[in-house]
Amino acid sequence: MTRSTSDGGLVLPRYLVEDPSHRTPLAYPGYRSTALRAPLREPVDLPHRLTEVTGPVLGEDRVQAHDADLTWRNGGEAVGQRILVHGRVLDSDGRPVPGALVEVWQANAAGRYRHVVDQWPAPLDPHFDGLGRVVTDDLGRYEFLTIKPGAYPWGNHHNAWRPAHVHFSLFGRAFTQRLVTQMYFPDDPLFGQDPIFNAIPPVARDRAISRFSLERTQDNWALAFEWDIVLRGAEQTPFEASDPADDDGDVA
Amino acid sequence: MNPLDVPADPPGPFQPRSGQRGSGFLTGPLRRGTTPSATVGPYLAIGLSWADGEWAAAEGTTDGFWIRGRVIDGAGEVVPDAMVETWQADPDGRFPSPEDPRGAAEYPGFRGYARSQTLSGEFAVFTVKPGRVPDGEGGLQAPHVDVSVFARGLLDRVVTRIYFADEEAANAEDVVLRSVAEARRDTLLAVPTGDGYRFDVRLQGESETVFFAV
Ligand SMILES: [Fe+3]
Repeated sequence: MTRSTSDGGLVLPRYLVEDPSHRTPLAYPGYRSTALRAPLREPVDLPHRLTEVTGPVLGEDRVQAHDADLTWRNGGEAVGQRILVHGRVLDSDGRPVPGALVEVWQANAAGRYRHVVDQWPAPLDPHFDGLGRVVTDDLGRYEFLTIKPGAYPWGNHHNAWRPAHVHFSLFGRAFTQRLVTQMYFPDDPLFGQDPIFNAIPPVARDRAISRFSLERTQDNWALAFEWDIVLRGAEQTPFEASDPADDDGDVA
Repeated sequence: MNPLDVPADPPGPFQPRSGQRGSGFLTGPLRRGTTPSATVGPYLAIGLSWADGEWAAAEGTTDGFWIRGRVIDGAGEVVPDAMVETWQADPDGRFPSPEDPRGAAEYPGFRGYARSQTLSGEFAVFTVKPGRVPDGEGGLQAPHVDVSVFARGLLDRVVTRIYFADEEAANAEDVVLRSVAEARRDTLLAVPTGDGYRFDVRLQGESETVFFAV
């Protein structure tokens, strides 16, 4: 990704900035909790330097084999429609992002989270905790087996229901590629009234919706949904080293 | 007029409404749109809790200290369901990342990255003072920590930087600090305490923290 120039200067990737009209804004009037939390001042531009173009290496040691199968916990089967969720993590130039840590969490089939704050009257499932972790392979692929989450009410407005969704958290290669998002299911009738979904600009909403994937359904076992996640891509730009004499030569 | 009496095609090529004839080929590199962000919501503890999350440097690391702070909303209330993530250089100014063009560094016990929720009213991160990192303009940046804050009510993360109030000389020549209005710079300064530093994040208000667009 990075290389040195012959004059001792460095070349850093410069991560592309998505057009603001295609990005979720920080605040959205229909989502009431944003009113007191989303900052009101314009952010200060931070040109990418070494801290922004590097990032932690968080790999296989964070993940156990059973983390990719959310349907079996505490010695029993989770209740619900089994689904395989799979896809690739790519950058905006279409290059795969291998070795990326993907963390997911979700409600159970009844739409209830295993969390003390979630008190709505729907049953907890003793065999479902809603947590999954995977690391992308050499081609940027990920997959996990889970159950389809239920929709749930959330009190934002009268009769407010979140469309079924899975929460995703991703690390790419760099601080600039960090992403937390939510994956939706095709044709959800609850999209129209959900301000968290509708905060996404119309041109980008499709990117948050998975695709039913007949080719990966498993006979007599599970439906499948495919969702590719696209992180910011990069261009190469020269970066002056502070002092070529500082450069001790172990340049990657 | 007979609706079936269609005049002959024009002698020259048709002009599309845009005035630009389509070839079907791309005129620029194909770029896929990035996946839009979403809030972490109130239940992030399910997916994002790590037993070792708070340790950017291992327990017992020489000169290790805690950075603690609150996340405060526009009503002045403490936000108890946020997550704060930090990323920084090691004391030599190098990163444990293969993306560092000077080579990935290994500093004993140093991960460089930490995450902490604010359930107790505060986040807490155990780390070491980062070294100075080249600024790309011939100088060195002051010691700093990149910070992401996630919470219910934030549809994307917000990004800020922690600088250290006891690094006056280095801070005075830091290109990023200098790009911030002087009156707001102290929102980026962590203040020394008994076991390290304190750094509060104010999401809104008179002394709203300086947030950065990356
Ligand atoms: Fe949710």
